[in-house]
Amino acid sequence: MPLDLRLEQRPQASAAWRYGAPLLAIAITLCAGAALFAVLGYPPAHSLKVFFIDPVSSVEGLAELALKATPLMLCAVGLSIGFRANVWNIGAEGQFVIGALAGGGLCLALQGDGGGWWLLPLMVVAGVLGGMAWAAIPAFLRTRFNANEILVSLMLTYVAVLLLQFLVHGPWKDPAGFNFPQSEMFAEGGLLPVLVEGTRLNLGTLVALAILGLAWAVLTRGLFGFQIRVIGQAPLAAAYAGFDQRRMIWASLLLSGALAGLAGVFEIAGPVGQLTPAIPQNYGFTAIIVAFLGRLHPVGILLGSLVIALSYLGGESAQILLRLPVAVAGVFQGMLLFFLLACDVLIRYRIRLGHSVRRAV
Amino acid sequence: MDRLKLEGITKEFPGTLANDRVDLSVVPGEIHALLGQNGAGKSTLVKMIYGVLAPDAGRMFWEGQETTIASPAQARRLGIGMVFQHFSLFESLTVAENVALVLRDAGSMDDLSRRIVEVGDRYGLSLDPRRHVHDLSVGERQRVEIARCLMREPRLLIMDEPTSVLTPQEADRLFMTLRQLKAEGCSILYISHKLAEIQALCDRATILRGGRVVGACDPARESPRSMAEMMIGQELSQPHREPVEATGPVRLEVDGLSTATGAPFATEIRDARFSVRAGEIFGIAGVAGSGQAELLLALSGEVRVAPASLKIDGKPAGGLGPAERRALGLALVPEERLGRGAVPALSLADNTVLTGWKTRGLVRGGWVEGAKATALAAAIIKRLGVKARGPADEAGSLSGGNLQKFIVGREISAEPRLLVVAQPTWGVDAGAAAAIHRELIGLAERGAAVLVISQDLDELFLLCDRLAVLYHGRLSPPRRTADTNVEQIGLLMGGMFEAAENADAA
Repeated sequence: MPLDLRLEQRPQASAAWRYGAPLLAIAITLCAGAALFAVLGYPPAHSLKVFFIDPVSSVEGLAELALKATPLMLCAVGLSIGFRANVWNIGAEGQFVIGALAGGGLCLALQGDGGGWWLLPLMVVAGVLGGMAWAAIPAFLRTRFNANEILVSLMLTYVAVLLLQFLVHGPWKDPAGFNFPQSEMFAEGGLLPVLVEGTRLNLGTLVALAILGLAWAVLTRGLFGFQIRVIGQAPLAAAYAGFDQRRMIWASLLLSGALAGLAGVFEIAGPVGQLTPAIPQNYGFTAIIVAFLGRLHPVGILLGSLVIALSYLGGESAQILLRLPVAVAGVFQGMLLFFLLACDVLIRYRIRLGHSVRRAV
Repeated sequence: MDRLKLEGITKEFPGTLANDRVDLSVVPGEIHALLGQNGAGKSTLVKMIYGVLAPDAGRMFWEGQETTIASPAQARRLGIGMVFQHFSLFESLTVAENVALVLRDAGSMDDLSRRIVEVGDRYGLSLDPRRHVHDLSVGERQRVEIARCLMREPRLLIMDEPTSVLTPQEADRLFMTLRQLKAEGCSILYISHKLAEIQALCDRATILRGGRVVGACDPARESPRSMAEMMIGQELSQPHREPVEATGPVRLEVDGLSTATGAPFATEIRDARFSVRAGEIFGIAGVAGSGQAELLLALSGEVRVAPASLKIDGKPAGGLGPAERRALGLALVPEERLGRGAVPALSLADNTVLTGWKTRGLVRGGWVEGAKATALAAAIIKRLGVKARGPADEAGSLSGGNLQKFIVGREISAEPRLLVVAQPTWGVDAGAAAAIHRELIGLAERGAAVLVISQDLDELFLLCDRLAVLYHGRLSPPRRTADTNVEQIGLLMGGMFEAAENADAA
């Protein structure tokens, strides 16, 4: 009789696997990564160490990790609010870029006399509003014309990136910049204060952590979080309860836009310090992986953003030390999402190994 | 020789044993009732007989021969026909085309149409083969389904809750057809939870409880009450209510209410008029799909209507949303429990917040008061005797009847001035139904206006002081329960408003 490998539906979703699946996915990703290194002709153990241990074996490395994780967690926590309500904002990348443009543009306009303490807060406000404005377009089209927010928000990302290109190649180009497509450097008042001397870790990371904490409280204890859950899980029950679905679509899109815009401002007012065509680093897209890796939960998102940030750093380190192409970071992120989706099957199903039950006559 | 004999049929689904060593025999020319509460395993059993599901263990004999029924097609070849609760007809095709789809040797359309009329005449199923199914009433559609089975001259016909979509008069016609089939030697396996009709129609009954056969009886020698007690396995205490002439203030006034939900296949309400007073229980009858869903949406506030066409306690409420209407004293139990009345993946405590977030102090300053919600859920569980481990249980883990008790308890515990409740005991076992009826009667006695929308006439006559009937979105003028009877309400349910008036005069 042939061996029979079957998936059997569980009577109830497994709480253990809800948290176990991401861990199993990370483990499988590491194994597959080791195999990949071996096939490419690199010693697997050493390569994994270069990839995952070396980047964070110094204070500076840890600071870089936090710095990378900051935009990811900001974008992901915003997206997770919408995802819980079945509102699929795929355009955090575009909202991130518009946030950077709004904040950066404001800085360039006002920093003529060097700027004061007020410059950074104004930039933050401008960035948040910019991200919200960009997310308001899919919100309006969805609630007014029932246009699919996935397509609209995704397409607007390319508009945002082209707008950035236009501005740094044209009107906002630094006149003293040897014709490089980048803006002037921001004045001191337009930069985030550094937290640890000798590193690039800045105030933005602390703000992001505070926002994560607030989001955790609102999503688990707040009426808003409750409404989001009901709308996502049972739209008819939400209507029966009297929750206004249009308002929730607006709120979740504006919130995720605001947080992506904030991440954009933090990026240019932090490590970059000017507007360049290299600002879009796919944080907005990668944040989708982070949101799901973190089970749409703020604590999970914190851990997920650290894992993904490490894969970015590992990719750079592998490029420098092992001469591997930088694309290997993307390969790791892709494998992680792939294995996570596969492992999620275990939440609702269990694997039964055995011989098939004989069908009764 | 038995026409069909089952021995030790067992079927397990993950987490439940749906059928546990079920034995059953059906002889030629009998109408055999399969009785049991929801979840007792009736549907699973007939699906195995019709080849939709395969049993895990046990043996099946068809006319003395051991058989495996692997598919509905094979079941039909053997001579088994089944009329499902939900019809499987193509709305855009004609009656004859729908019949042709399931016959192997349909022949020419003219020829087939003639045969359909023949079968129809023989069994009292008047049918026009050229009409499109979407033009037919629910009763007529059922006739198409039955005629389609009869074209194949079945020797066993399975009927799953056939009268739930019929008026009492249509049900009587159906029974005549079934008795004629029986006289010709066809066996009928009849599933229903309406005990009175089983008593009138069936020769034998097999009673299932929790997937097991717990008894058999001759329905003619039992009372509906004794059969109900066999089904639930304990004694039943039915609540009783004398109709009253309510003189309290008008709590709900519906005056010229019309809906425009715009949903496909909606039966829009046209110009409905009625009022419900404090202390009164008002019933709305009607076969499924007569506009009950649309009326409920308009009453709850999920669909807005003209402000003055719906007044709660004298205040125009047609333009208000659900939460604002709750603030005026409305509570409402919707027809669908999972997904509308309760969120399956949320705990019972969280499910109290669903309707209490604005009016019951469960949310303060934007934060959910978890302890209060838990206490409220615990109180509801205790008051209604809901079978759950506690307020932390997910709503989806409760059985249908227990969840219904919880939802009714949640709405009643708000002590509303006006309660609207749809299908309060649909699919609920007799014990739970009695508990729910008692709560509704108690609420009315405490001075609330209660509106019951139901397809179960026994329930409406048990509870209500006045009744109106919904037919194709039109509401009949209300009449006192004491001045009417099942016959008259049945005529109204079939849309014969004039005939009912004449019956009134007679």
